[in-house]
Amino acid sequence: MEEVVTIDARGIFYRELNARLRQLASNGTRKIELQNVYGQRYIGTDLGRPIEIEIFGTPGNDLGAFMDGPKITVHGNAQDGCGNTMNNGQIVIHGHAGDILGLSARGGKIFVREDAGYRAAIHMKEYQGKRPVVVIGGTAQDFLGEYMAGGILILLGLNLKEEEGHKANFIGTGMHGGIIYLRGEVHEYQLGKEVTVAEPSENDYLTLKELVGEFAYHFGYDAEKILRDKFVKLFPLYLRPYGRLYAY
Amino acid sequence: MKTYLPPRFVVDREDSRCIRCEVCVNQCTFDVHSYDAEDDEIRSHEENCVGCHRCVLFCPTRALTIRRNPLDYRENYNWRPEVIEDIIKQSETGGVLLTGMGSDRGYPIYWDHILLNASQVTNPSIDPLREPMELTTYLGQKPDRVEFGLEGLKTELAPQVKLELPIMFSALSYGAVSLNVQESLARAATEMGTLWNTGEGGLHPTLYKYGENTTVQVASGRFGVHPEYLDTARIVEIKIGQGAKPGIGGHLPGEKVSAEVARTRMIPKGTDALSPAPQHDIYSIEDLAQLVYALKEATNYTKPVAVKIAAVHNSAAIASGMVRAGADIIVLDGLRGATGAAPKIIRDNVGIPIELALASVDDRLRQDGIRNRASVVIAGGIRNSGYVAKAIALGADAVDIGTAALVALGCTLCQQCHTGKCAWGICTSDPWLTKRVNPDIGARRLANLLRGWSLELKDILGGMGINALESLRGNRLHLRGVGLTDTELQILGVRMAGS
Repeated sequence: MEEVVTIDARGIFYRELNARLRQLASNGTRKIELQNVYGQRYIGTDLGRPIEIEIFGTPGNDLGAFMDGPKITVHGNAQDGCGNTMNNGQIVIHGHAGDILGLSARGGKIFVREDAGYRAAIHMKEYQGKRPVVVIGGTAQDFLGEYMAGGILILLGLNLKEEEGHKANFIGTGMHGGIIYLRGEVHEYQLGKEVTVAEPSENDYLTLKELVGEFAYHFGYDAEKILRDKFVKLFPLYLRPYGRLYAY
Repeated sequence: MKTYLPPRFVVDREDSRCIRCEVCVNQCTFDVHSYDAEDDEIRSHEENCVGCHRCVLFCPTRALTIRRNPLDYRENYNWRPEVIEDIIKQSETGGVLLTGMGSDRGYPIYWDHILLNASQVTNPSIDPLREPMELTTYLGQKPDRVEFGLEGLKTELAPQVKLELPIMFSALSYGAVSLNVQESLARAATEMGTLWNTGEGGLHPTLYKYGENTTVQVASGRFGVHPEYLDTARIVEIKIGQGAKPGIGGHLPGEKVSAEVARTRMIPKGTDALSPAPQHDIYSIEDLAQLVYALKEATNYTKPVAVKIAAVHNSAAIASGMVRAGADIIVLDGLRGATGAAPKIIRDNVGIPIELALASVDDRLRQDGIRNRASVVIAGGIRNSGYVAKAIALGADAVDIGTAALVALGCTLCQQCHTGKCAWGICTSDPWLTKRVNPDIGARRLANLLRGWSLELKDILGGMGINALESLRGNRLHLRGVGLTDTELQILGVRMAGS
């Protein structure tokens, strides 16, 4: 058994590639390097143990879908559905992420150096000791944190210009759990009607320090410098946003 | 605000029979009966009565009769009592009318306009009591052709699920129904060689042992979906829609999310469990294919992936897309499919009858030459084994039963599922009420029902001179229509009786 295995993924269909990953993971391989990844889907799914996967290229949709344990690093951009219904593990993306990043994730961590697409962290949950984390270094599109039911979402806006704010609208629409931290300003009109804004508390800053610290570690930023700026905290107004909708 | 709603039912208590045992007081979950110790009398708050008949059945001296309130409004065909009362309810609350179970409207039931054939003289009927009669059904993708070598079958088959009879239990999620109900279903399914379905509420740890007879659902809420859940199941079903509420999501209210429900759904206790209307990763057939294959990857291609939709106007085209997206089983849930809670206006006005959806989907898949690539399962209003036989002849591989199963457990269709107060202990998570379904007895009742229907199906087949259900499947020549228009007959692909 080899500790580290390198695979040239060029021209390999995802089903074949993932079958090889499954086989390597079950053999106890510690780390897999995937070179020339061009759009292969579902990398990291059904591996079920904390194996390390380093991806060079562009993995396809549903990277780490239903993932339970692996640590994935992407040297490139991730596409849609990254971390879909993830249970545990870590995804670090040295680039951008597509839409529905971390959809319905229940655990694990996702770090994106640049921007994320629409509906990042949608319907993210939390459960007992599991609290998923999504940290986005750049900015994100509309419906950020929509339907969020748990977990922590941090949007740093590090690539925004001076005086430039986050552009996302409908942030936290239908949100009924979890917390969103935004670096920089956000206008009332950008928020869904189920969320409200507050100054982060001391406890919030402890959380931020830890998670921004991890983000900075992955991408070589100075965490203290990031944390010196103003953050706002968004949280749901109600745990039961639709409780008063019905007649019995 | 004073309510203008009159009581819908009247409680008749025969005083000479009443022994003040207070069984009715304890059994009623809607606070209809109360005991007045001072006067030694049981009193009734009739305005709370939902007509579930729990008290009637449990009164040891048969002192109780529940009747519809004879208070008649002035005759008016359009403005009937229910219409008036719905408006009153909304004017007093300003909310969306919620209800439970399937639509109670009088839309045509095509099953009752379709008749089965039987053998007479020219080909012998078969006596199922003396001759083998096969109901075995295999669900899953079938190959375009099979090849045999010296060693036997050479073609690699997609995963198949063997059912001893073509009847499964519909998706009933934990949270909507109690754990005792799910255990009853799981045990009956295991005993009878069929499958029950978790719905989208996750799988309670005590039910993992029934995994071989379990379909697990992956729906928009993704509640309780994790690798072990997927691995345990026999079939993984993607739920897109439900016959009772096509296009609508679900809200399991926080008060129903008990510690145990929270554990199974993997969410915090007491929070609303919101199932959004769409799956956020599915906006197209291509996206559906992505989730189908994500689940196949997650289960290493070891089990069929089903996709369930509500029967709607363009089901045939959608079904064709679903099969091309890789679904091994497609499940169609018709207009009369039931629910634990749905807006009444949706339940009663959206969707199409399952008979028409089934006929058009089966036709379309045949025309496209892809019928073998997926099994077709239908649900929504299957009330007896005659309907099962007709469904098979119309083109279904198997049926799901939900309401019929609940009726076997005691449900009287009072349509109060959404209140969580089910007096029969079925559609509730209240620990005091869930004890009313004993899984030993529940499993027995359900297995009995399936056994009864199986025997009847064999009788039907024998009468047709057929000894295997497979020979009836999609064989519409065994059906004839009565009282249907030419268009209806054409869509059903069934000839007029007498022709």
